[in-house]
Amino acid sequence: MFSADIRRKAFPSPAGEHVVIEDFSLNLGAGEIVALVGPSGCGKSTLLRLISGLDTDYSGRVDWPAGAPRIGTIFQEPRLLPWRTVRQNLRLVVPPDRAQIADALLERLGLAAFADAYPQALSLGMARRVALARALAIDPDLLLLDEPFASLDPESAERCRALLLESWSQRPVAALLVTHDFAEAATLADRVLLLAAGPMRIAAERVVPALRRQRRAAT
Amino acid sequence: MRTGWAGPTRLLSLLALLLVWEAAARMAHSRALPTASAVFAELVRQTASGVLPENLAITLGRVAAAFALSMLLGSALGLAMGRWRQLDLLLDAWLTALLNLPAVVLIVLIYIWFGLNEFSAVAAVTLNKLPNTAVTVREGTRALDRELLEMAHSFRMPGPTVLRHVVLPQLAPYLFAAARSGLALIWKIVLVVELLGCSSGVGFQIQVFFQLFDVTAILAYTLAFLLVMQAIEWAALQPLERRTLRWRR
Repeated sequence: MFSADIRRKAFPSPAGEHVVIEDFSLNLGAGEIVALVGPSGCGKSTLLRLISGLDTDYSGRVDWPAGAPRIGTIFQEPRLLPWRTVRQNLRLVVPPDRAQIADALLERLGLAAFADAYPQALSLGMARRVALARALAIDPDLLLLDEPFASLDPESAERCRALLLESWSQRPVAALLVTHDFAEAATLADRVLLLAAGPMRIAAERVVPALRRQRRAAT
Repeated sequence: MRTGWAGPTRLLSLLALLLVWEAAARMAHSRALPTASAVFAELVRQTASGVLPENLAITLGRVAAAFALSMLLGSALGLAMGRWRQLDLLLDAWLTALLNLPAVVLIVLIYIWFGLNEFSAVAAVTLNKLPNTAVTVREGTRALDRELLEMAHSFRMPGPTVLRHVVLPQLAPYLFAAARSGLALIWKIVLVVELLGCSSGVGFQIQVFFQLFDVTAILAYTLAFLLVMQAIEWAALQPLERRTLRWRR
């Protein structure tokens, strides 16, 4: 999918410069799902921003052998437009010919009844599901998920994970998942990277056994 | 206060004002302060003769042109200055100068440079309002939600879509504030512009009545204008504002 080679990413700080990422490389295969687990502030979100192109102020490179990808991002907060309805929020990111698909996604994620509601009327769990639907609606080549199910109650988080797995079983999409939750990482990912801070490095790498992945797909 | 009282209270307050006016005028018994009833009678007479509607229409045309131009150009300028720091640094001093230039100075200069014509009249009013709009919209642009702009960028939303669905809804309160203060400012300045250099419109008529010392007619014209501006507020601005901000509950 991509190979990222980040030589250096620093932020200005009172003490001069705070180096977040240095000599860090990461490859993601087509359809591969990788989870990044690590302490707060170790640079996981920053890495996602470099890969998605939101932040271009770094030295290093991200290569996309298969060409420029369509990236569906799920941010830490849902980041819905409060002045547009749920349906409009989805339709604004997709080309007009995919409007029907966006509506079908709302149906599948159990949001059809709220399609014409404004985001303020939604619970956090529902808003996160809308953000998930929005990222899936653009038919992404790559999903970037930045603690997508944080601060949800266990049932809502479980439901969101199930929806994500279901959509992966229908159409595999490469994904990079940032999370604090080891269980979540092991449930969703093919490969889990444990990260350490200052600057960010890979402390350990675990491949989730294929058996477990099959069982996951079956549920 | 309960909301049911709002309407009657406003009405009573207005009636009280009229009563005080009528009583004071009857006691004063002077040409300088005609009674409310005399002013209303004059308003009806001037309206029936067609002179008032004609001049009112001319003035409203100028108000509309200057309002549209100053809102459009001022918003574009404010948006650009809020968005690009370099441009802001470049134009900030000019904007402050224009903002602090006395209205009458600007009007007289434009009449001298461009002549006593319709273009000058509208340009003078537009330039008086434009910096206010620009400054207000610049504030709004600086307060735009960066996270939503990032979201739009990450989903590759086209520029016009971002402007319409991400930026403008956030600027709406600033635009309404600019429109409201703008309308009030513009109609006052239009009258000055007309008084100084036009041969038609409400301002010109006021000047004529001033020379004739006809206070009744001056007040009749003022009243007509106040009614029209209030109607615009009720019929256009408020419904538009409610519609735009209906997502806020």
